[in-house]
Amino acid sequence: MAVESTRPQGAPAAARLPRRASGGFIGLVTRLFTEKPLGAVGAVIVMIMLLMAVFANWIAPYPYDEPHFSDALQGSSFSYFLGTDFIGRDLFSRLVHGARVSIVVALGSVALGSILASLIGITSGYMGGKFDTLVQRLVDAWMSVPPLLLLLFVMSILGPSTLNVTLVLGLVAIRESRVLRGAVLALKEQPFVEAARVNGATTLRILVRHVLPNVMVPIIILASLRLGQVILIEASLSFLGYGVPPPFPSWGRMLSSESRTYMEIAPWLAIWPGVFLSLTVFGWNVLGDALRDLLDPRMRGTGGGYRSGS
Amino acid sequence: MYRFVIRRLMLAALTMLVVSVLTFFMLRLIPGDIVDLMLSDFGYAADRDAILRELGLHRPFYVQFGEWFGGLFVGDLGQSLWTGNTVTHELGRRYPVTLELSLIALVVSTVLSIPIGIITAVRQDTWVDYALRSVSIGLVAVPILWIGTIVVTLPALFFGWAPPLSYVPFTEDPIKNLSVMVLPGVIVGIPLMGGTIRMTRAMLLEVVRQDYIRTAWAKGLQPQTIWYRHAVRNALIPVLSLIGLQIPFLLGGTVIIEQIFNLPGMGIYMLQSLQNRDYVPAQTIILTFAAATVLINLIVDLLYGVLDPRIKYT
Repeated sequence: MAVESTRPQGAPAAARLPRRASGGFIGLVTRLFTEKPLGAVGAVIVMIMLLMAVFANWIAPYPYDEPHFSDALQGSSFSYFLGTDFIGRDLFSRLVHGARVSIVVALGSVALGSILASLIGITSGYMGGKFDTLVQRLVDAWMSVPPLLLLLFVMSILGPSTLNVTLVLGLVAIRESRVLRGAVLALKEQPFVEAARVNGATTLRILVRHVLPNVMVPIIILASLRLGQVILIEASLSFLGYGVPPPFPSWGRMLSSESRTYMEIAPWLAIWPGVFLSLTVFGWNVLGDALRDLLDPRMRGTGGGYRSGS
Repeated sequence: MYRFVIRRLMLAALTMLVVSVLTFFMLRLIPGDIVDLMLSDFGYAADRDAILRELGLHRPFYVQFGEWFGGLFVGDLGQSLWTGNTVTHELGRRYPVTLELSLIALVVSTVLSIPIGIITAVRQDTWVDYALRSVSIGLVAVPILWIGTIVVTLPALFFGWAPPLSYVPFTEDPIKNLSVMVLPGVIVGIPLMGGTIRMTRAMLLEVVRQDYIRTAWAKGLQPQTIWYRHAVRNALIPVLSLIGLQIPFLLGGTVIIEQIFNLPGMGIYMLQSLQNRDYVPAQTIILTFAAATVLINLIVDLLYGVLDPRIKYT
């Protein structure tokens, strides 16, 4: 990260990122589509899901909670594209609105999680000493328990609600603060940090103006790798009854045991939510992976990558 | 070496302490405590104080914590507040289920994914490589809650066959037990495969660029010898640590699969305890999972030293 020392005085903060990372959004997208075909597929899937989430009200032919009792458990037809569930709600409409729930929860929690992981990782790495030891023991404790169980725990304290799921899933990122801490440990020995300190910059200023911009790339990469994971955990929580509460449609809950009774007579109820869920996770995973390779190839093997969500 | 082990064990003990304190107090933050449940839903006793005293919950938190935590050291895991049975008894019936599931998952995923990883590396950039890698990436995206649901519901519809959903202990009837457990075990293992395949491939490709592999080629050794005796052995060491890191995710997966396949394991017990505000079993289960994770990671670190003599512990 020698970029720092050659930076002209007064250049905007973004210029401090390594060239490759800030080479322009358009450039990044072009490289994604030319060099990483699989990542491009992921990007397309993700875009479709995002569009579905944003325009759910226009795409879905029915409201997600509108029952048509006389049409319950029907297969695919012109009026019900993917069939109906046990009280005659249109499955396709529910899946499209489910994309909204899934994406809102995922993006919200990943944003929160990135802030949390940066706060923990950067302060812990930079301060060192007793503070670092204490924080790292807490992170150790967090990492030793299956994330799904811990989140179940916290969700049963807070009670099921979409907002709570979003907040709680942010905690998943604590695990990744380790990567950022490692990066900061290397960074704080760099001459430009020392120079800033000699210049009399406060710790806060050093952290925000000098350290943070230099770990922005790992933060972005970790966030994009975490999206798929978070979507899976949200589905798992909802599946177990601790996630997004009814009547909001969650892909995970649509597969849960209470709806399993009907799946044997109406198999589409078991198939389509899983297809949507898997495709979304797949899209985010390969996109995150391609972004990591393009932005910082050295991070191969550091991130959550293809880890199961539970 | 011994100093390393001792330091790691002390760190592990500290982690366990932090986990116990956090889970103990977090559990008691769950709204609607057990006394309310007993009073309102089941009408166990006439007044609150009587129940509190009977369960020992009238004492300050730190006394309760001390009693539970102290008991752990002498093998007393406490009692379920609802049934009065000891947690040792309750867990004794349930941990074999979760252990068996985890073992099946771990063995199946490792045994399948390491050879696949090797094949993708040996046949780098051929269609075999692309196909197997695509499958492995796809496998990770397919949630076990979906595969599980599909496997439980759909075969009945299409083939008139359904996987057995009644658990039989291994000691009673090993064959029947396996016929129930293998399917869920394999499903839990599926998401782990992607990571292992990719790691095996990446490590192997890195190793084959090393000087000593070039030397082996220059010596005119058989390709088989080079790949399997020189390359694979060295590439697999980092894969081991990945398996250690997967343990928490594996255990999380068992919670879901137990729910789907109706297996009386620790995960279902944990969910029940949370719902019933049965504090003692819930905190013990979390602690057990944490201990398993920490212990396995310590073992993995030690195995590292055995497999690669260059690694010295200080």
